[in-house]
Amino acid sequence: MAGDQTLNIVIVDCQTGNLFSVQHACKTVGLTPIISSKPKDILKADALILPGVGAFGDAMKNLQELQLVQPLKDFVASGRPFMGICLGMQILFSRSEEFGNHEGLNLIEGNVVKFPSISDNGTKIKVPQIGWNKIFYPSELKITWDNTPLEQVSNGEFMYFVHSYYACPSNSRDVLAITEYENVKYCSAIIKENIFATQFHPEKSAIEGIKIYRNWAKKIMTNQG
Amino acid sequence: MGKNIRVIARLDIKGPNLVKGIHLEGLRVLGKPEQFSSYYYEMGADELMYVDVVASLYDRNSLYDIITRTAQEIFIPLTVAGGIRTIDDINEILRAGADKVSLNTAAIKRPEIIKEASRKFGSSTIVVTIEAIKQGDGRYLSFTDNGREYTGIEVFSWAKKVEQLGAGEIVITSVDQEGTGLGFDIELTKMVAEAVSIPVIAHGGAGCLEDIKNVIRDGKADAVAVASMLHYEYINNNIVSGDYQKEGNIEFLTSGRNFSKIKMATIPEIKEYLQNHRISCRFNI
Repeated sequence: MAGDQTLNIVIVDCQTGNLFSVQHACKTVGLTPIISSKPKDILKADALILPGVGAFGDAMKNLQELQLVQPLKDFVASGRPFMGICLGMQILFSRSEEFGNHEGLNLIEGNVVKFPSISDNGTKIKVPQIGWNKIFYPSELKITWDNTPLEQVSNGEFMYFVHSYYACPSNSRDVLAITEYENVKYCSAIIKENIFATQFHPEKSAIEGIKIYRNWAKKIMTNQG
Repeated sequence: MGKNIRVIARLDIKGPNLVKGIHLEGLRVLGKPEQFSSYYYEMGADELMYVDVVASLYDRNSLYDIITRTAQEIFIPLTVAGGIRTIDDINEILRAGADKVSLNTAAIKRPEIIKEASRKFGSSTIVVTIEAIKQGDGRYLSFTDNGREYTGIEVFSWAKKVEQLGAGEIVITSVDQEGTGLGFDIELTKMVAEAVSIPVIAHGGAGCLEDIKNVIRDGKADAVAVASMLHYEYINNNIVSGDYQKEGNIEFLTSGRNFSKIKMATIPEIKEYLQNHRISCRFNI
């Protein structure tokens, strides 16, 4: 895939975590993103990536201080492609219970909750979940990822996760993939119109993760064409 | 369904070279870290860990270069340890392309750095390594500087404190077993893994497949860091090329390759073995 210099891809820097690997994954699939936390860059982007690790409350506070909350909402409302990763998926939701209650961007209806510390059978659950886990089709009714960024990823493929909290979408139609950790089944990817987001880190998920970036990039390039 | 155990390829680095010692000392030069990393990535390593073993004595630029070159090509998590003293050091290593850092000496000297770093970079970015040495009275004490500096700090209370301060993971290194190929310290690993709720990575002593299985099943490790078993397999089955600097003991590379106690294995061999023993991991046949 040839690099496309004309596409203006912005990785939103909300001052949490490592953006290097996201940038490199983009470059590998022919995108040349810039990293920015300026509202004007976000508003004029052709496509946006919102990565993030760390705490929900801190991330929202940073977005408010950087005056990015409204630009992010406006961007999503414009219908242009948006990808959220990890905390960047969680803050799309209505609210989180992390260290007290926090309001999110409320672009996806639902809550973000913490993994329990003890499983149903009384054993201790290691939190955060750090490591590889499988992503599956969300239900018997949704058994294809065709025409989504997960196209050609196998049902049951391993992706790399690092998180203590997980999102619970109110509408099952927003759920794109599910994962199970210590008997908790949860939503590990969402899709809603132009919003695509993953709880896992595709940029840390080896070749299969890069495939997701490639699918997303292809879609953007086609839209432009 | 439980969790999937991670197999982490650990690479000890000195200047531009991959090295390996015994009890974290007596380093031998094995090759160029990037070559080994690429191989482990292709073979399905779950993560990589780079440890700058003489960080305080040498300048850091070659390490940053190695991190950046690795991160450009390898899309799995990379943890970097060794010689990290300040929040600025952490920032620089993350900017070079690492995903996580691991602290030991700095955390022992000033535990608050764990709290500050985990708030700034996220808990999951901050790993703490505990270098444990078993004492004559059976207690385990934490050491720093590759097991050379005595601190008097008891391992299990330190592990709990590290968790409280916000570390996302703990690497528990048995200095006694490290590089010997005699197996992990199961008792040590189990006590740490049961003392905390964050993931624990067992390190030090992997000599054969059974050792890895035992530290997961009996030692309750959430991940294993493996060095010699993997490195020797790579050296044995691949032509190691490159210009070796006159540093360390490079004769090892050309000296008959006799690795008595270490049984070589590839990452797929390790994972297949674990799955055959009903230990879940990322492995597709």
